[in-house]
Amino acid sequence: MAAHAASELWQLSAAEASRLLADREISSVELTDACLERIAAVDDRISAYITVTADLARQQATDADRRIAAGDASPLTGVPMQIKDLLCTNGIATTCASRMLAEYIPVYDATAVARLREHGAVLLGKGNMDEFGMGSSTENSAFFPTRNPWDTGRVPGGSSGGSAAAVSAGAAPFALGTDTGGSIRQPASFCGVTGLKPTYGRVSRYGLVAYASSLDQVGPIARDAADCALILQSIAGHDSRDATSLPDAVPDYSAALTGDISGLRLGVPSEYFAEGMDAGVRAAVTAAIDQLAALGAEIREVSLPTTQYALACYYIIAPSECSANLARYDGVKYGYSHQGDGDMWEAMERTRQHGFGPEVKRRIMLGAFALSSGYYDAYYHKAQQVRTLIRQDFAHVFEEVDALAAPVSPVVAFPIGERTDDPVRMYLVDVYTLPVNMAGLPAMSVPCGFSNGLPVGLQLIGPHLSEDRLLNIAHTYQQATEWHRERPGI
Amino acid sequence: MEKYEIVIGLEIHAELCTESKLFCNCAYIFGALANDCTCPICLGMPGTLPVINRRAVEFSVRAGLAMGCEITPSSKFDRKNYFYPDLPKNYQISQYDIPLCQNGQVSFEFEGELRTVALRRIHLEEDAGKSIHAEVTGDPTRSFMDFNRAGVPLLEIVSEPELHSPEEAIAYCRAVKEILEYIEVSDCNMEEGSLRCEPNLSLRPKGSKELGTRTEIKNKNSFQELIDAMEYEVKRQARILDAGEEVVQETLLFDASTGKTVAMRGKEEADDYRYFPEPDLVHVQISDEWIEESQPTLPELPAARRKRFISDYDISPDNAEFLTNTRPLAEFFDEAARLSGEPTTCANWIMGDLTRLLNTAEIEIQDAKVTPAHLNELIQLIGDATISGKIAKSVLDDAFETGKMPKQIVSEKGLAQITDTSEIETIVLQVVEENPGPAQDYRDGTKKAIGFLVGQVMRATRGKANPQLVNEILTRVLSTD
Repeated sequence: MAAHAASELWQLSAAEASRLLADREISSVELTDACLERIAAVDDRISAYITVTADLARQQATDADRRIAAGDASPLTGVPMQIKDLLCTNGIATTCASRMLAEYIPVYDATAVARLREHGAVLLGKGNMDEFGMGSSTENSAFFPTRNPWDTGRVPGGSSGGSAAAVSAGAAPFALGTDTGGSIRQPASFCGVTGLKPTYGRVSRYGLVAYASSLDQVGPIARDAADCALILQSIAGHDSRDATSLPDAVPDYSAALTGDISGLRLGVPSEYFAEGMDAGVRAAVTAAIDQLAALGAEIREVSLPTTQYALACYYIIAPSECSANLARYDGVKYGYSHQGDGDMWEAMERTRQHGFGPEVKRRIMLGAFALSSGYYDAYYHKAQQVRTLIRQDFAHVFEEVDALAAPVSPVVAFPIGERTDDPVRMYLVDVYTLPVNMAGLPAMSVPCGFSNGLPVGLQLIGPHLSEDRLLNIAHTYQQATEWHRERPGI
Repeated sequence: MEKYEIVIGLEIHAELCTESKLFCNCAYIFGALANDCTCPICLGMPGTLPVINRRAVEFSVRAGLAMGCEITPSSKFDRKNYFYPDLPKNYQISQYDIPLCQNGQVSFEFEGELRTVALRRIHLEEDAGKSIHAEVTGDPTRSFMDFNRAGVPLLEIVSEPELHSPEEAIAYCRAVKEILEYIEVSDCNMEEGSLRCEPNLSLRPKGSKELGTRTEIKNKNSFQELIDAMEYEVKRQARILDAGEEVVQETLLFDASTGKTVAMRGKEEADDYRYFPEPDLVHVQISDEWIEESQPTLPELPAARRKRFISDYDISPDNAEFLTNTRPLAEFFDEAARLSGEPTTCANWIMGDLTRLLNTAEIEIQDAKVTPAHLNELIQLIGDATISGKIAKSVLDDAFETGKMPKQIVSEKGLAQITDTSEIETIVLQVVEENPGPAQDYRDGTKKAIGFLVGQVMRATRGKANPQLVNEILTRVLSTD
């Protein structure tokens, strides 16, 4: 076995590591140690991890090496990963970056986590995030903000900021994030890594701590499309414990990476290139679209007129569902429980007052109001009707084109603290990602350049269950460009 | 009180006797150790999701069909949001505007008439856990939560407000209970809480068409308590209205120790449940095929069976009522009557001696060793005079104990009647000889004295002599001497 420098090892993508492990050129123990060393070296500056599970990781790596030696491995066996702290991990703290669950330890694994465990992936630790998935910058974590490895004075995006930052900084070859309104795509874009939000129902939500049940999805954050394909392959598919999981068969995502997109009809929605967009973002995304044209795609301008309503629609539906999903945190059964002199009701109120951060409270109140008697029709019901229109909008467009290309966000990573005083200004960061969740469609963020030294992400959106198509478009682009190979200097 | 009309609507909650809870695999065992029948899902742990129990839906469809309802082809679940520590998620998954069943009816006999009450709807929802307060623990500073019951499937059956007295309301409840037991979807045990009847009660001036303000009464553990609660509430509301005041719409608890209804202590009185469709569950689709397949699996319902017993077997309405009290009892009688061709005799044996034996042993008929075949054989043995009615009683006792068939018991114990006239005559002569006094009394005109002599013959034969023959022979012997 050729000796590999630790610094080479933590830079491996999941697919590269998988090959070297399979060829017995490296061991999972070496690889895992290298990643743990990298975490130790950088995490005090980026704070991507809430919990590092070093002992467990080494144990799992040893088991993985045994499996590989026995010829009993699958592609991800022995490959280290980070899991966003919104996904339940049996026996390991799952805090959702909230005081409410700061000491909560689940007694079961989320399905997506269990599937990766079965494949023998190695758990490095749990990723920092915006509390309960609510936020666009990871500044809403109750513990500490994560810092963008490209510029530690800036946010990594959110809510899966810790996961994107870890992959970006080499503190994990891949991570599992979650996306409700853009929480995989936007941080992937801000951190210069590749992320995929699957079709709603493609990956089981069992064990994903619920924020907005009709929008939440689990997906990979990794160094490239080939990695995302491997990871998605391992976690996708029907789960009898999730009634909303799709029964459709899971295709071979890796086999779909043909590298050929000639004849692909690529739509560019005009509404996604609005005034006020960062000029560097506009330039990078436009260049990426030109590149795709050069690779054989046929570019068409399309229109999604309901785009302007998606933000309002989301900020009624998501908070409404969240107000019910977070009602369970009352200190009675698990989690933070306020002890004091008052009666039971007072205890519950204090538990929630102290356990939840301000953004979470804001959304719970918004949601309770939108659902309340006298307002339900005007807000929640209306928003659901608008949602149907958004879905129909995309459906019409996909009769003309095979996929859409657009920016992930109108901005690049902004300085920490810049938008925290103005919630709506924060919400606007997600205008281009939200509509996709409203429609339940799959989408990816693919690194496509820089603006003022900060990464820009290209968003690819596809029709229902078109992950294979999107992965192939991203893969083809990544065969012809080097943006995804860029690493921050940290 | 005469100036008011009582208006009652009933909400009946019945726990379905499915093997698992409504949204998870837990089994619910009444009386199990607290929190032993739980899992992350019914405890509402973060990240868990509900998955619908198909059997619960099947049971609900059966119940709907048995009560003449329209089955909704596509219904959905909704979240009913309120905070209470016995509700793990602080919302209950229930059905709001599109319930599984709508527009049925329940018929029952009341004060000699057939009454039909319309049902508004039947829907499926999950139960909450149980709170254990100071009355049980003796500690007023804290309460305990037992989540065993959380997630158990409940059928909620809502009637139109068409009942007009507490007694009538009870008759309606009994009729619903009977149907649910017959179709075997619920144990309907009020003491164990698997059947809960909540009256909504209001008064209005006689002749008025408008409904008065109603109150809802919760938590009664028996039909008697339910009647007491309603009767108290009627008086309480009448007093308020008589005083010219208004009844407050509220939920009340019946306190059996004081006999009064009181406003519920501390329970969240949320008027606004902020209902919205449950995003974790898909619509429940009930196809026409499903309904067609469910119909034949419904057993003959109690009211129809009673009618048939009365007309086909010529038994009285009271007896039919008794014999259809439970489905196993009705089926036992039906089978025994069919085998023996003597329904009245079967009825008498069942209502008399067999019921006595069941009560003493404290078991139900379906758990008894005696079967319709046993009863049939017994009746035949009496019919062909192999044994007397009196001996038959002891044979039944034996069969109940051992499960042996009557013929076997008669033969093993030598209980067959003695019908050989010469054998009886020998014993009669002996008895007459040994009892000259009573024999002479008879000859002198005291005809009653024969009774003593018959008794002696029966004693001598250990009850096996055919009493009729004994009588005949004694009479002859005494008359000829």
